[in-house]
Amino acid sequence: MKTTLLTIGLALTIISCNNSKTEKRAAETTNETTAKAENTAASDQEGGKAITPIIDAYLAVKNALVNDNQEEAAKSGATLATALASLDISQFDVDKQTELQEIVEVAKNHGEHISKSEIEHQREHFEAMSQDIKDLTAIVGTDRTLYHQYCPMYNDNKGGMWLSTSEEIKNPLFGAKMMKCGKVQEIISL
Amino acid sequence: MKKAAIIILILGIGIQFIPVPKNQTEKVSEADFLQTMEATIPIQNMIKASCYDCHSNNTNYPWYGRVRPFAWLLQQHIDEGKDELNFSTFQEYSGRMQREKIRSMISQISDGEMPLKEYLWMHPEAEMTKEEKEQLIEYLEKLNPQ
Repeated sequence: MKTTLLTIGLALTIISCNNSKTEKRAAETTNETTAKAENTAASDQEGGKAITPIIDAYLAVKNALVNDNQEEAAKSGATLATALASLDISQFDVDKQTELQEIVEVAKNHGEHISKSEIEHQREHFEAMSQDIKDLTAIVGTDRTLYHQYCPMYNDNKGGMWLSTSEEIKNPLFGAKMMKCGKVQEIISL
Repeated sequence: MKKAAIIILILGIGIQFIPVPKNQTEKVSEADFLQTMEATIPIQNMIKASCYDCHSNNTNYPWYGRVRPFAWLLQQHIDEGKDELNFSTFQEYSGRMQREKIRSMISQISDGEMPLKEYLWMHPEAEMTKEEKEQLIEYLEKLNPQ
């Protein structure tokens, strides 16, 4: 982690160096480091992009559940499982790959369940999966700002969480029954 | 009429020769849930009696269990059950997956979805009282495999 931050830091320094012509020579002398740093920066960006179809499908499941739409949630659940299966894990840090593999496996399992169950069961899997998707963004990054939201009344007052792109609460764990239950707990920024 | 009865009888005997795999193994799996998780004897017995027939590599077959067509039905339940959760290979799941399986067990037991009603008709001994269910759920909630 430290090294990643260091290389990103280096990349940023070097990019700003490049902008000022007077320091161009300094940049040239560290050519090799530059190439390496730029690679890391590029793969981080790619990580953000790689997660796009996953977040798209996750949010589609969420919106379907907000609208109490079992059929739409099922369709999006299947899309999500496919999106997760096509994530190329080898592009990320080697020491994060096992954890990524595990997150993807569990989240994919949730997507598959959502694709074939009745709505209360879908909500249950969606709630459990939300933590996995959040953990995924912690490693891979996100391509948009996400709001981690929480409703304490879900699951017999044990509480439940989900991610949304909007600050406003629209509850996917209850749908129309309790649309406004919840609050923002954390903002996951780019 | 007599002819029909004879045909059914012959078919009934005939299908007994169609092989059905038997879900049993001598080997004690090192990845088995009850071998690796600490649990009191009553909890162990509950899990064994109520879950292991369909969710492990060892089914304790009832007398009709090898009689076709029941054997086929049973086999289908066991295949589906093990696909979803196999206690015999529990340690082979990742920590994250183990936590998910445990979450799912708690939910299925408290919603009364598991054990299956059809299973309980034939296995009254697998039925848990309300107190037993609470004990089992309390036990499962404390597990937090990493």
